[in-house]
Amino acid sequence: MNIPGSGIIKGLAVTARNFLGSYVEKDRLTTEQYPEERPKLPENARSFPFLVFDGEDPEAGMRCVSCKICEKECPPQCIYIVQDRDAAGKAIKRPKVFDIDISVCMSCQICVEVCPFESIRMDQDYELSSFDRFGSLVLGKSRLLKSNTYYRNIHPTEAAETDARLEADRKKKEAAAAAKAAAAEKAAAEKAAKAAVEPEVKA
Amino acid sequence: MSTSANTATISPGGMGVPPVCGAGSASPANLQTGGTPVLPERNQTIDVSLGPQHPSTHGVFRMNVTLDGETVTKLQPVFGYLHRNHEKIAEGNSWLAAMPYTDRLDYICPLTNNWAYALAVEKLAGIEVAERAEYIRVITAELTRLQNHTVFLGFILGDMGAWGSALMYAFREREKILDLFESLTGARMMCNYMRFGGCRCDLPAGWIQSARKLVDGFPAFLDEMEALLTGNEILLARLQGIAPLTAERAINGGLSGPCLRASGVDYDIRKVENYGVYNRFKFRVPRGSTGDCYDRFMIRVLEARESVEILKQAIAGIPEGPIVNPKAKQRGFRPPAGEAYGRIEGPKGELGFYLISNGSDRPYRFRIRPPSLINLTLLEELSIGTKIADVMVILGSIDIVLGEVDR
Ligand code: SF4
Ligand code: SF4
Repeated sequence: MNIPGSGIIKGLAVTARNFLGSYVEKDRLTTEQYPEERPKLPENARSFPFLVFDGEDPEAGMRCVSCKICEKECPPQCIYIVQDRDAAGKAIKRPKVFDIDISVCMSCQICVEVCPFESIRMDQDYELSSFDRFGSLVLGKSRLLKSNTYYRNIHPTEAAETDARLEADRKKKEAAAAAKAAAAEKAAAEKAAKAAVEPEVKA
Repeated sequence: MSTSANTATISPGGMGVPPVCGAGSASPANLQTGGTPVLPERNQTIDVSLGPQHPSTHGVFRMNVTLDGETVTKLQPVFGYLHRNHEKIAEGNSWLAAMPYTDRLDYICPLTNNWAYALAVEKLAGIEVAERAEYIRVITAELTRLQNHTVFLGFILGDMGAWGSALMYAFREREKILDLFESLTGARMMCNYMRFGGCRCDLPAGWIQSARKLVDGFPAFLDEMEALLTGNEILLARLQGIAPLTAERAINGGLSGPCLRASGVDYDIRKVENYGVYNRFKFRVPRGSTGDCYDRFMIRVLEARESVEILKQAIAGIPEGPIVNPKAKQRGFRPPAGEAYGRIEGPKGELGFYLISNGSDRPYRFRIRPPSLINLTLLEELSIGTKIADVMVILGSIDIVLGEVDR
């Protein structure tokens, strides 16, 4: 055993090193002066979900087709969707009401994973405190819909992947449509040819 | 610390005497009865309710302590203040939806909780795990162990009444690990990262480099922490010889994790079960000898050093490849009927999930074996005969998290 008290002196030396070091080393002074200094969030950071729309008009560009998969899979059941109907009362692929109660939402991202239409994504907005629980913490469509540009801004890598996937899907669909059209044309041509042949047979 | 109780009541039998037992001070009433002070009876006790909001109880935990002077004669833990019905919620939800809830068990260590649940489900359904994901699991789990033990080192100082420097240094270091978690999983604490057969997303660019930097710098932090703490005479006086626990009692009490190994038992599930890819790494299992508070304290420092070793090997050896088994289904997952118990060596001890499936899309039974709760069962035995100020240290040395105790 060494001199009594030497352990404490050694400890105090550590404290002194940390105190003095905090003036020169960024590593030892990690406090961020929020709100003057804003934290730089990593790309993957997530807060609450939002809905992505393409183009300029949120309603027209909405990707959500109201399939309600996210509503069913959400662990705390905080999504509420009502499907829209046209004038004749026929269901259309668009939500009339899309509410997320973010005071219940646990930011788990499962809705994002299960959505087959790439329409719901995680936001990074964290300044959401309010005095009004129902007025401002139950987000309706108007507050949930954000543009794809915004999405590209906050999650560049993920958005690029999504865009590529959507683009590939669109191309595939176009190709399929073109093939279908071509097939239809071919069939029509064949039919016409047949029709042209048949009278001869009759005659 | 003994004065910070919320309520203090005198137990029956102490009528008419001052509430302090064994006090030799003469009160005016005593003097009037003839000049000789009447000493209170020796067997008088005082009941003190510690908690549930007392910071040194590590959350909403309450202890009803019966004191004779300053010596503890009885201790009744009262918990359940943080009960969230976790098991029942999981039974009412899909298999996947239980995953984010496991983050909230031991909220200091979300990734090991994820792993334990994923492991149990994989065992139940016989799912293979992608190779790369196994390495990521080891890396994240060992980082979790590092941050848990770091926080422990800070908090046990708080339990001894030294709020401040040590805790802040520990939190500063822990924050660096949490930054890594955030850039990988999107959240600092509620990661929800592991999936059946793998992990949710791949490592972002540059993550491995930052992890390597942190791991390389970590021993320096541990050295600093040790210079600050382990030689400190006050700390030694407060920890050495307090509440020793024999290996036999530790085993009989069902303890696991660092508390068990502090008593000298060589039992580490990473070695015993060889789950994941732990058999590919070289590491030692530290053990204590007497199982007193000092052993329980030091074992965390030593374990953190071993974790650093595992991390170095895992980071060097991480293979490329898919991050999740493509055959594993997440949504609409229906494991075959049966039961399985999956367990891992969590930072606090054996964390196990016992699952029963009846072939439907939700668990029939979802049972958690929480290390915190089971380690806590020996609290009374450890505390009896110690001073009240030591009870806090003993509780701190067991290292519990109430999210896991109450579930
Ligand atoms: S993040 Fe999770 S809790 Fe929140 S809306 Fe999506 S699924 Fe529900
Ligand atoms: S957000 Fe996605 S999953 Fe949810 S209803 Fe819309 S399309 Fe379906």
